[in-house]
Amino acid sequence: MFDRDALLSLEQQKDAWERGPVAKTLEQFGERSEQFRTTSELPVERLYTPLELAEADYQRDQGLPGEYPFTRGIQPTMYRGRLWTMRQYAGFGNAEESNRRYKYLLEQGQTGLSVAFDLPTQIGYDSDHSLSRGEVGKVGVAIDSLADMELLFDGIPLDQVSTSMTINAPAAILLAMYAALARKQGVALDKLRGTIQNDILKEYVARGTYIFPPQPSMRLVSDTFAFCAEQLPNWNSISISGYHMREAGCNAVQEVAFTLANAIAYVQAALEAGLDVDTFAPRLSFFFDAHNDLLEEVSKFRAARKLWARIMKERFGAVKARSQMLRFHTQTAGSALTAQQPDNNVVRVTLQALAAVLGGTQSLHTNSREEALALPTEDSVRLALRTQQVIAHESGVGNTVDPLAGSYYVEALTREIEDRVTAYIEKIDELGGTARAIEQGYIQREIQESAYTHQKEVESCERVVVGLNKYRIAEEPPTNLLRLDPEVERREREKLEQLRGRRDNAHVTTTLEGVRKAAAGRENLVPRIQEAVEAYATLGEICDVLRGEFGVHQASVVF
Amino acid sequence: MGEQRIRVLIAKPGLDGHDRGAKVLARALRDAGMEVIYTGLRQTPEQIAATATQEDVHVVGLSCLSGAHLELFPRVVELLKEHGADDILVLGGGTIPAEDISVLKERGVAEVFTPGASTQEVVEFVKRSVNL
Repeated sequence: MFDRDALLSLEQQKDAWERGPVAKTLEQFGERSEQFRTTSELPVERLYTPLELAEADYQRDQGLPGEYPFTRGIQPTMYRGRLWTMRQYAGFGNAEESNRRYKYLLEQGQTGLSVAFDLPTQIGYDSDHSLSRGEVGKVGVAIDSLADMELLFDGIPLDQVSTSMTINAPAAILLAMYAALARKQGVALDKLRGTIQNDILKEYVARGTYIFPPQPSMRLVSDTFAFCAEQLPNWNSISISGYHMREAGCNAVQEVAFTLANAIAYVQAALEAGLDVDTFAPRLSFFFDAHNDLLEEVSKFRAARKLWARIMKERFGAVKARSQMLRFHTQTAGSALTAQQPDNNVVRVTLQALAAVLGGTQSLHTNSREEALALPTEDSVRLALRTQQVIAHESGVGNTVDPLAGSYYVEALTREIEDRVTAYIEKIDELGGTARAIEQGYIQREIQESAYTHQKEVESCERVVVGLNKYRIAEEPPTNLLRLDPEVERREREKLEQLRGRRDNAHVTTTLEGVRKAAAGRENLVPRIQEAVEAYATLGEICDVLRGEFGVHQASVVF
Repeated sequence: MGEQRIRVLIAKPGLDGHDRGAKVLARALRDAGMEVIYTGLRQTPEQIAATATQEDVHVVGLSCLSGAHLELFPRVVELLKEHGADDILVLGGGTIPAEDISVLKERGVAEVFTPGASTQEVVEFVKRSVNL
């Protein structure tokens, strides 16, 4: 990229600079630290120049936006054409209450929906199950049947929004409910836009909402890939997520490495199920975290795009450009928020959101200031959304594509992350792939080691967290946090009882038997699940049938 | 004979999958010389009380970030009492609003640690509270 003679001359100049002015300044003032590192422990040099990029090749390493290897972005014009989708993750209480929050967010200029489900829904229990006690409607909305989905999207035409659903083990069931709802609204399935998270592998290591053992879970994933490829051409059949592993403590390099390793496993499973790579790969999507180390995060996103393009092209022989594109959603880092001086979190979220935008995200959720303490109030969510809108309309960063490209530091860091991720993926391949690595506890241990190191660094003040271990003030516990209605659980139980009383229970039994047979055999499960859903079988009933056929996952405790 | 060590059970009641804090604390307590057992996810209060009694622990640390703490933590305290193990110190941790802390304390939870608490605070609290 640079002229050889010019580099040689620069090298001499830099050498003289280090021996001269730098040495003199160091002698007089020193530096703040012996060594500087990124949040992910990557070494940071005093100065980056073309010397660090001597081996770089612009066409090979960066290319043009919208072209292989997509380092600079997946679209030719990026945010000059259309801004990223502003998509706040929301849901709590019951379907009616969440429906009101969605309408509020849409009125405020949000451009996509993102549904948070409560834990019983995510783990396949109805609201009246004994294990659901205390959890109904707490971290998301309680959905027991298609009847709840009808309330959740009441007055929201499904061909007018894109909807992301954070649902994993029972993803096929919620997808079937959404499709059933579309039919009721008279919306053709090929008009549906959205995403199911459907990423079970990371649940075993970080997020914890697994139900079935890995093998049948992977079959459900492949079944949804095939179903979506056939029926929902504009739907993302999976959102392969680094977010939760990062929140559980791993660093930026590990986040990309473990996410791509999981992605490789999904592609392999689908290929083994007989699917053609270019039929399903265009609908794979990703989900990353955005932390405070701005330039490291930007480099991370760029490196991830480049790595995935190469994996798809070289490892899996994908031909379509869309199969090689890493499209991703970003959420700002919940774990970086502090309960102390919560207004400081608005500043953190701004930096994190900026990193996501400079890194070329397709959609973005910004956290609210009090989320270290509780679910956010309407005011706080509005402020978080306004943060995105200020970046979009006032900062100017979206007016040109990939504006930080060519920064000596960002390019060097992009390459450093790429090299380290490649080494991790090789290691996981050696272990026999990500499923084996999880079985052996390798991924879990890596995450925990990073989490523990981080905690020790915070407690020793080696890592400054403003307001927590430095610049502290005496403060009262915050008031006016969002309180959930304690009656939600009781009302959901009543609703279920009424549903079971008015539906055609014989028909429910027949459709559940259809699900059982499909689970025991090899046919695609999604159409059978759809029949059960349309008969108003509950999520818990369908999951019970699947638990009966598949068994449940027994986690090994690694710590 | 060697001196007796403080035995701690770290437990995740309910359906919550956030276990970063539980695991970090488990390691910190172990590094502070205690014997630590971690239950893993999705334990019912019944399972936790049974494990605590069988393992003859001095302390049970409950972690919950899903908002179900008011339902789950006091239930563990009650069950320990039923097992005749009400000498076990019960601690809570997680995203717990200030007004819930007093409720939990009234119902037998000795102390509640919220986001930003250091592992050293917990270590010191346990050492102060457990008399071997």
